[in-house]
Amino acid sequence: MGKIEWAMWANEQALASGLILLAGGIVGVAGQFRGWEFAAYAVAAGVFVCLLEYPRSKRAKGTSVERSGQYCFTVCVKAFGPLTRNYYVRAFLHAAICVPGGFMLATVLGCVCLGIASLIYLAAAIRGEHWEPILPRKDVRKPVAESIKNPPQNPPPRPPPETRRKQAKDLEGAAYDNPSSVTDD
Amino acid sequence: WAQCMKFSQSQEKYLIYGKYKITLYLLDLFESLSWARAPAACLNFNCMLILLPVCRNLLSFLRGSIQFCSRTAARQLDRNLTFHKLVAYMIAFHTAVHIIAHLFNFEFFMDAQLNRNSSFLPFVLSEIGTDDNASFLNPIRSNETNPTIVMFTTIAGVTGVVITLALILIITSSMEVIRRSYFEVFWYTHHLFIIFFIGLVFHGYGRIVRGQTAGSQQTNKPHLCADRFEDWGKNESDCAVPEFAGNPPGTWKWVLGPMILYVCERLVRIYRSHQKVVITKVVMHPSKTLELQMRKKGFHMEVGQYVFIQCPSVSRHEWHPFTLTSAPEEDYFSAHIRIVGDWTQALYEACGGDKTETQEAWKLPKVAIDGPFGTASEDVFRYEVVMLVGAGIGVTPFASILKSVWYKRIQNNQEVFTKKIYFYWLCPETEAFEWFADLLQSLERQMAEKDVANFLSYNIYLTRWKETEAAHFRVHHEAENDPITGLKQKTLYGKPNWDNEFTNIASKHPGTKVGVFLCGPPQLGKSLEKQCLSHTEGDVKFIFNKENF
Repeated sequence: MGKIEWAMWANEQALASGLILLAGGIVGVAGQFRGWEFAAYAVAAGVFVCLLEYPRSKRAKGTSVERSGQYCFTVCVKAFGPLTRNYYVRAFLHAAICVPGGFMLATVLGCVCLGIASLIYLAAAIRGEHWEPILPRKDVRKPVAESIKNPPQNPPPRPPPETRRKQAKDLEGAAYDNPSSVTDD
Repeated sequence: WAQCMKFSQSQEKYLIYGKYKITLYLLDLFESLSWARAPAACLNFNCMLILLPVCRNLLSFLRGSIQFCSRTAARQLDRNLTFHKLVAYMIAFHTAVHIIAHLFNFEFFMDAQLNRNSSFLPFVLSEIGTDDNASFLNPIRSNETNPTIVMFTTIAGVTGVVITLALILIITSSMEVIRRSYFEVFWYTHHLFIIFFIGLVFHGYGRIVRGQTAGSQQTNKPHLCADRFEDWGKNESDCAVPEFAGNPPGTWKWVLGPMILYVCERLVRIYRSHQKVVITKVVMHPSKTLELQMRKKGFHMEVGQYVFIQCPSVSRHEWHPFTLTSAPEEDYFSAHIRIVGDWTQALYEACGGDKTETQEAWKLPKVAIDGPFGTASEDVFRYEVVMLVGAGIGVTPFASILKSVWYKRIQNNQEVFTKKIYFYWLCPETEAFEWFADLLQSLERQMAEKDVANFLSYNIYLTRWKETEAAHFRVHHEAENDPITGLKQKTLYGKPNWDNEFTNIASKHPGTKVGVFLCGPPQLGKSLEKQCLSHTEGDVKFIFNKENF
C-alpha cells in the first residue's frame, strides 16, 4: 500500500480508544457498578492515553497537520526522549494498559480498541517509523554572503549616458569597447 | 431535528407499551431499557439512510429525472457526501447512547440475580421461567456469571461488540488526515461496513429483550399485580405468574432495501468498468499535468461534470474522480490529471510520460470510466451575464464551460442566452498556468478572428510569487504579451478587489441577473456571497452558486 505511515492511523485509533476508555470508566464509576475500581483505573488510563496520543507526529514525507493547541503536549511528550519516540515501546505500553480494562463490561470496548491501536503501532514500529515532534520552524535567514561585506570599490564599467540612451533603440550602435578588462587575467 | 423526534417517539413507545412494563420492574424501575431501545430505533433509521448517498449511479439517474421537475431538488443530491458523513456521526452518537444504556441494563439484570431476597421484586422476576427455560424475563440466568461473560456468550452481545469495533475502525480511518494522505487505508477499512451490516441484522436474533406475552398480560396486569408479587400464582389472588417471550428481530426490515440498492450500485459500477474506453491522445503538460483524451461508446456528458477513472494495471481497486475538461460538443472527452501521488505517478508512467519517443496506441494502458456524475454547472447558460471565479486547480470545470460556450456561440452559430462572461482565475503559482493558458490563447485568437473580442473578459490573478520572479515581471512590464501566460491580457498581481469588480459589472449591465459561480476555498465563497448580497440593489441581481468538489 505504497507509502503508508501506519503510525498516523495508529495515532487516531489510540486517541479514540483513550476517549472510549475514559467514557466507559466514567459510566462505571458514576453508576457504581460492580468492579468500579477497574472503571476508576480506566478513567486514569484513558486520560493518560489521550495526553500521550494528542500531539501528532511529524510525517516523514509530506506536510504534517497539527491538532489545535498541541504544542505544549508536544513538549511534554518530547521530554521523555526514546520512550515516546520508539513505537515498540508505545505498542507494548498500550497492550499493557488495555488489559485491566477487560475485566469490566463498561471498559471492555476501550480495552479492545486500544489493543487494536497497539497492533497498528507494532506494524508501524516494524516498518521503522518513529515519533518526531512538530516544532515551530525557526526561520533561519541565510547567512550574509562574504562578498557583501566588501562593496565594490570601483563603479561598474557603464557607458556614458548618451550611449546608454542609444542602446534602447539601436543595438549595433550601442556596442562599444570596454575600457577595462572584464576577464580574469 | 428528525432524529430528536424519532428518539423521543421511541422512548414514549417503550415506556407505555404494556409488554415492557414488567421488564421495567426488573430494572428496578430505572428507565435504561427505553434509553437503550430508543437509540436502537434511531439506529435502524440511520443505518437505512447511510447507504443511500453513496449510490452514485442511482443518484445520477435520479438527478436526471428530477431535473425536469425541480432544479433545487437536483442540487441537494450533490451534497451526498456531506449527508453521508452527517448520518455517520448520528450513528456514532446513537451507538454511544445505546451502549451506555445497555451497560446500566446489564448491571441491573446482574443485581437482580445477585440479590437473592424473595421480597425483592427483581429477584422474583428473575426466578420465573428457570425450569422451562422459555418464559423467563432476565437474560442473565444465574448468579455465577458476570456481565462480561454474558456479553460474549449471547448473540446480541457478540454481534454488538463486533459491529461497534467495525464502526470505530471505520471512523478512525475516515479522519480527514488519513483519508487525504492514505486513501487506500480509508477505502479498504471502510469495507468493514459489510461486517457492520451483517452483524446489525443478526444483532436481534437472540431475542434477548423480553416482554410480557399478550396472553400473560390478561392474567397478570402489572399496574394491579406489581406490589402483590408474593402472591403470584397462588389460588386466591387473581395474578398468575407472568410469562415472557423475546422480541423478534426487526432491523432487517429497515436495512434490507438499501443493502439491495447498494449491491445493485456496485454491480452497475462493475458493468461500467468493463465497457471499453479508448485513450485517443495523451498530452504531457509542463506543469506536471497529464491530459488524457478518451472515447467511449455511448458516453454523454454535460459541462462541468466529473468521472471516476480506474486503471487496472496501476491499481485494481482504486477509482479516482477527475473533472472533465472537454466540452460536450467535442468528439472526445478529456481529463487533466495533476501528478500528486502514487496513483497519478504510476498512471503517468504507464502512459509513457517519462519516455521521450511517442508511444504506440496499443501500448497505452486500459482504463475504465464510471460516470459522468453531475454538478450544477449547467446553470451557467441560464444567465445573461456570468462571473466565473476559479481558484487554482478549481479552474478545471470552467475549462469545460468556456469551451462549450465557445462552441455553442461560434461553431453552431446558435443564439446563446449568455452574452458576456467575466472570468477570474486566482492562482498561487505560475506552474499551473500552462495548459489552461493554451486554452485561453486559442480562445483569444479565435475571438479576435471572429471579431467578438468583447464576449469573454478574463482576469488572471497571481496571488503569490517569489522575489526572483518579481524582478522578471518588473522588467517585462512593457512587453506586448504577458510574460507568464503569453496572453494579451496581462496577469494581475495580488488578490482582486471584489468590491470594484462587482461595482463595475453592476454599472455595465443594469437590469440583468448576473450569475456568480465559484470553484474554490470556502473563505472566498463567503466573501463573494457577501459581495453578491451587498451589490444586489436596484435592478441588478447577483446570484451566487457554489461548486463543491
